[in-house]
Amino acid sequence: MSLDKDTVARIARLARLKVPEDELGTLAGELSGIFAWIEQLNEVDTRNVEPLSSVSDVTLPLRADKVTDGGIAAKVLANAPGGAVYIDPSDKNAGGFFTVPKVVE
Amino acid sequence: MASLTDLTITQLGAALAKKETSAVEVADAHLAKLDEHRALNAFITETPEKARAMAAASDARRAKGEAGLLEGIPLAIKDLFCTEGVQTTAASHILEGFVPQYESTVTTNLWKSGAVMVGKTNLDEFAMGSSNMTSHFGGVENPWKRRGDNRKLVPGGSSGGSAAAVAAYMVPGSTGTDTGGSIRQPASFCGIVGLKPTYGRCSRWGVVAFASSLDQPGPFARTVEDTALLLQAMAGHDPKDSTSAPLALPDFVAAARNPDIKGLRVGIPREYRVDGTSPEIEALWTRGMEMLKAAGAVSVEVSLPHTKYALPAYYIVAPAECSSNLARYDGVRFGLRVPGKDLAEMYQNTRGAGFGKEVRRRIMIGTYVLSAGYYDAYYKKAQQIRSLIARDFNQAFEKCDVLLTPTAPTAAFAAGEKMDDPVTMYLNDMFTIPASMAGLPGISVPAGLDKDGLPLGLQLIGRAFDEETMLRAAAALEKAAAFASRPAGY
Repeated sequence: MSLDKDTVARIARLARLKVPEDELGTLAGELSGIFAWIEQLNEVDTRNVEPLSSVSDVTLPLRADKVTDGGIAAKVLANAPGGAVYIDPSDKNAGGFFTVPKVVE
Repeated sequence: MASLTDLTITQLGAALAKKETSAVEVADAHLAKLDEHRALNAFITETPEKARAMAAASDARRAKGEAGLLEGIPLAIKDLFCTEGVQTTAASHILEGFVPQYESTVTTNLWKSGAVMVGKTNLDEFAMGSSNMTSHFGGVENPWKRRGDNRKLVPGGSSGGSAAAVAAYMVPGSTGTDTGGSIRQPASFCGIVGLKPTYGRCSRWGVVAFASSLDQPGPFARTVEDTALLLQAMAGHDPKDSTSAPLALPDFVAAARNPDIKGLRVGIPREYRVDGTSPEIEALWTRGMEMLKAAGAVSVEVSLPHTKYALPAYYIVAPAECSSNLARYDGVRFGLRVPGKDLAEMYQNTRGAGFGKEVRRRIMIGTYVLSAGYYDAYYKKAQQIRSLIARDFNQAFEKCDVLLTPTAPTAAFAAGEKMDDPVTMYLNDMFTIPASMAGLPGISVPAGLDKDGLPLGLQLIGRAFDEETMLRAAAALEKAAAFASRPAGY
């Protein structure tokens, strides 16, 4: 299994990673090496084997639909990149907005 | 009395209980060691003021007769655990400056037990690495050196800072996380004990996610008993993590204090004898089994036929989960942002600049194996192999109670060695990854030194949720190996 530069550029685009043009060749070589090594999995017959997606054989629990937290608007908004904007600055727990840079074009 | 920083957690607890010292004195003694050994680069953030305040509060609680399990014990926390009001970076540029407004469940449990935080330790970026060389904040130096050779060695990874801090006597214990060996391999490289609990034993809530079906927090310390003590405080069911096991905690400390292994069946998996393992490690493994036999255990040869496929399967599962988990770092909601001419370019610039080389590589592997048309060939195939690996362990545990293997194929290596190709580096985790894929508990116990004077660990793997048997065997191995070496100058 060998990946060419175009495929690597396509994966980088899908992953939203900027990869400089001059690194594409090296990366293609490294990824091809890794996938060539991964190829050995094809030696294993996995017909009729169930995939294991989680080792915790716990049934996902349900919880009561109750409010268990709250009154921490200032904390929730503290890391907002555009700053915290409160509906009523004198009462921070009245709620507010987590502001981010414009993402709708 | 010996120097406070030479004491184990158990010894410090006893000295504190007898009022021979105070939590403030203990914190100050360890903070002085952080100063002394800052050149190791084991910490990303030191929190001396917080440590002194927590220690003073601990002394006040003790005066009122309210001492917890870890009352007054200074600990270092891997910088992957969110700590309220203290920068949490995952050793990545993309999270640099991020100050969480909440505390992870594991650290909350530790503080509730009375422990004191001295700082946040360095790691491979997003816990992806086996050498600590991928940290945005520079590599960590292992306090151990080869005899007659002054080259700096790596502490292993990803929890390298946490392991180095304990090995250098800066703290008596620390937390790590283990996805494919990130606690056990650095413990082996640094000559200390590192325990990866059963998946689900410790809550992952508030731990920066790498590969969610594999990530598991666990402790480092200098003795088996101390790791048991830390695990006792860290573990427990947490409704905030849906994969957290709703099980009562056994008495881990009692298990670690009981090295009686008469009749215990110790499995030796024949597939762990592989080319590329150092002959010294092979010999140590044999010696480890002899020690356990001398203590009354019975040796059983077992087979784990899919062992060699665990590593390549891991390098599908872990990157796939990482590419999904790390999608949240988009430059919009928090963390680094690098502008671009439109939204797509802003995402690409931010992620290209914010993630280091190894993280970008793994995101790309994950993105590729999950992309349209490849899911069945890669991700599903890897999960099927994961089933077979888990089945191998189940069958082996019908014949034995615990498995004994080497922890890593080599001792610590120098910074820059093994960097030529990613697969060579990945091979470091060949003995730890199979248990990770099956969610089983594992512990690395320092068992000897190699010809260069570097520590080597042996790994014990237990049944799911049977850390007790594993701890008993680890205590017996620790007692017989009587590892008492410490790195020169520490």
